Amino acid sequence: MSHTASTTAPTAVPAAAADVPPPGGAGPTDAHRAKQAMRRLHRTEHRWAAAFIAAPVLGFLVFTLYPLGYALYASLTRWNGLTAPQFIGLENYTRLLGDPYFRQTLWNTAFYMIGIPIGLVLALLLAIALNRKIPGQTAFRTIYYVPVISSLAAIAIVWQFAYNGDFGLVNQVLDWFGVDGPNWLQNTATVKPAIIIMAVWKGLGYSMLLYLAAIQSVPRSLYEAASLDGANAYHRFRSITLPMVRPVTFFLVVTNVIAGSQIFTEINIMTPTGGPEFSSASIVYYIVRQAFRYQQMGYATAMSVVLGLIVFVVTLIQFRLNRRNSFSID
Amino acid sequence: MSRKTPMSATSQNRVVNTVLFVVLALGAIVMIAPLLWMITTALKTKADVFALPPVWIPDPPQWETFSRMWTEAPILSGFKNSIIVAGTVTIVGSVTSSLAAFALAKMRLPMKNAIFIALLSGLMIPYPTLMIPQFVMFSKIGWVDTLLPLIIPLLFGNIIMIFFLRQYLSSVPDSMIEAAKIDGASYLQIFGRMVFPLIRPAIAAQFILWFMTIWNDYLAPILYLNTESKQTLQVVIANLNVEYATQRDYPLIMAASFVALLPILVVFLIFQRQIIESVALTGAKG
Repeated sequence: MSHTASTTAPTAVPAAAADVPPPGGAGPTDAHRAKQAMRRLHRTEHRWAAAFIAAPVLGFLVFTLYPLGYALYASLTRWNGLTAPQFIGLENYTRLLGDPYFRQTLWNTAFYMIGIPIGLVLALLLAIALNRKIPGQTAFRTIYYVPVISSLAAIAIVWQFAYNGDFGLVNQVLDWFGVDGPNWLQNTATVKPAIIIMAVWKGLGYSMLLYLAAIQSVPRSLYEAASLDGANAYHRFRSITLPMVRPVTFFLVVTNVIAGSQIFTEINIMTPTGGPEFSSASIVYYIVRQAFRYQQMGYATAMSVVLGLIVFVVTLIQFRLNRRNSFSID
Repeated sequence: MSRKTPMSATSQNRVVNTVLFVVLALGAIVMIAPLLWMITTALKTKADVFALPPVWIPDPPQWETFSRMWTEAPILSGFKNSIIVAGTVTIVGSVTSSLAAFALAKMRLPMKNAIFIALLSGLMIPYPTLMIPQFVMFSKIGWVDTLLPLIIPLLFGNIIMIFFLRQYLSSVPDSMIEAAKIDGASYLQIFGRMVFPLIRPAIAAQFILWFMTIWNDYLAPILYLNTESKQTLQVVIANLNVEYATQRDYPLIMAASFVALLPILVVFLIFQRQIIESVALTGAKG
């Protein structure tokens, strides 16, 4: 850091002084000249470094910062995306507060988050099981991971059909056990749980993998020492495994909440109309519908700004807690 | 462990492992079942799909579903478009990202860290917040219904990739790069001959993960691509699902969906170890 500070010193003055040899002995002049040469070298380096980072910086300005600024402005306008936006102040935001559809989609999106703790508990149990020397360990890991890499669109299409009341896989299997399954996606009571089950199935392998990596990094001697001290399996889990995987749990909760708040693909494909009585529509589904089907760009942008705020707050909390977390672990 | 008699400990272990094996196997069946069902449905006749009691194993399997879908649905153009988008973005984007990572990790530049933090902060802004202004921006220059809005913004580099490459480069000693500079190498030479070979494994891992993300992307493509021949594969299969569901041609829909996830599945099975390692790293660094 101190180095960068010295190179940012004003360059005009020393450059002018270089032409006039300072009075005094040869020593200071040589030192001065050496410093000059260094500075010139550094300036070349700065220029190259600036060229190397120019692309991401430019991309950030044009495709992130500018659209963000425009979104903040557009959220205060009535705008159809074709003609010039008309400034209307906070009207879009007050309209949001009274919009039952927005409230419904907000609730639906929050409801989907129930899948996060379910998925994490299952993933942790899986990781603990896979950490033991079990035959076919690698094969299991691969199979559980396949849904993660599969295209969400393709997966959503399969599950939509799997949830079909008469001919879907889910009800045909339930039938073996004498259960008469509902028409999952046509029913306000079952459409959200159905989507949660699919999301848990899809994301399980990813969480499992991160947990497995965390558990494998726990020194074996820790467990052995605990066993010698008479700790049983439950105690070892509570006081060694759980604290050691806490950073991963934290990371997964945050990334899942951020991704979950933007859930769209599975909703749009499995329930193209937003589900019975709009009971599966998510925030992003509603934003896309208002913006691109009804050309209410200003109103949709206001919703997207609210979504951005939610994500921003969640991320801030992550940074805050993460800082505290790393203290207790290091 | 040494306090117990070895026999009882191992036999107890064996029981636990057997139970766990059975549970894991049942779980694996649940995990793989929807995908197997996708394949068997693709091989059924249209009538067998709606047969009651259900037909589990199609007899004879209708392999011709996998040949007729290429002519009955725009799958080939979908493939082509997805390859153009994902290929261009990841190849060009990896070059810009690794140059930036080199500069941010190993070169002198005033305000370097502030710039890096600013770029990282862009990750906090969700795509849905930016998509409407971006869409209007691109529609003004006539790029709607072309692949350009899906390609151009990503050519400028991927901050996640920059983050990991920068991290990876921090383990390379500065003295190596200083020595190359003293030997009179230019910065492009240092990058091309020294840095790039060093970080190649990290680039490869990030490249694959990025390619998968773009291949599977759905939201941006459905916003921009209207004409059938310009759609990426994910949009093509999603539209088939709407169009052919009313005609009850589920074998075709399932065959197309399977083919859409096949390339990534193959890549995953080949590069499994590298992918799993770099994903595990994501959690450690997060």
